[in-house]
Amino acid sequence: MRRLSVQADPFDLAHEIQQLTQGRTDIGAVVSFTGLCRSEGGLLEALELEHFPGMAEEEMGRVMDEAEARWPLQGLCVIHRFGMIKAGEQIVLVITASAHRDAAFQAADFLMDYLKTRAPFWKKEWQQGGDTRGWVEAKKEDVAKADRWRDKP
Amino acid sequence: MTRSVKILYFAWVRERMGRAEEVLAVPDDVLTVEDLARFLARRDEEGAHAFANPAIVRAALDRRHVPPHTPLQTATEIAFFPPMTGG
Repeated sequence: MRRLSVQADPFDLAHEIQQLTQGRTDIGAVVSFTGLCRSEGGLLEALELEHFPGMAEEEMGRVMDEAEARWPLQGLCVIHRFGMIKAGEQIVLVITASAHRDAAFQAADFLMDYLKTRAPFWKKEWQQGGDTRGWVEAKKEDVAKADRWRDKP
Repeated sequence: MTRSVKILYFAWVRERMGRAEEVLAVPDDVLTVEDLARFLARRDEEGAHAFANPAIVRAALDRRHVPPHTPLQTATEIAFFPPMTGG
């Protein structure tokens, strides 16, 4: 099973895992990653997530295709939120299900690295009091992390 | 014959351009993505600001990431945006 969603609403991790695994007896490992909006030193009130509707879904789908081509996955779920997301709230969810844990861990790691550098989303920081600190800059480390998958089988 | 393309802008590229999208009649000498970025940078103050450092602005042709030297050819939609910061 495969699920992909770009949505404003929060998601329910337990529900999503259940959707991937119910009725299956061939899944031995489920790995999930949830990305939250972190307030640096308590100064950040919210992140505004802008996205490119249409391309966001298509690009996430292409990244999921690549994960499925690299690892034997029985289930895959990627949810990315957009809009105003307050500190402490969820931003992104990746769930991978496989027969064995290695594939599930690696695929989840790969998906997050690729989503960060390829999915068309941009974060703007909002402070307490309603002022913006502008757009978050892309990190070189994130690009390096995505690049490390390039030469792997 | 002059062809038009739809151009979309996102995040700080959108803010600097002062618009989210436009339809542009592509000049004859604009053949690639980087030609178009250079044209927009020279067109007005907003373009000069948005494309001040053209190396940093990313592009997608018909919703697929492309490098700057990619020919526009038959693409109907081109998007310009900063490096992505999702996840």
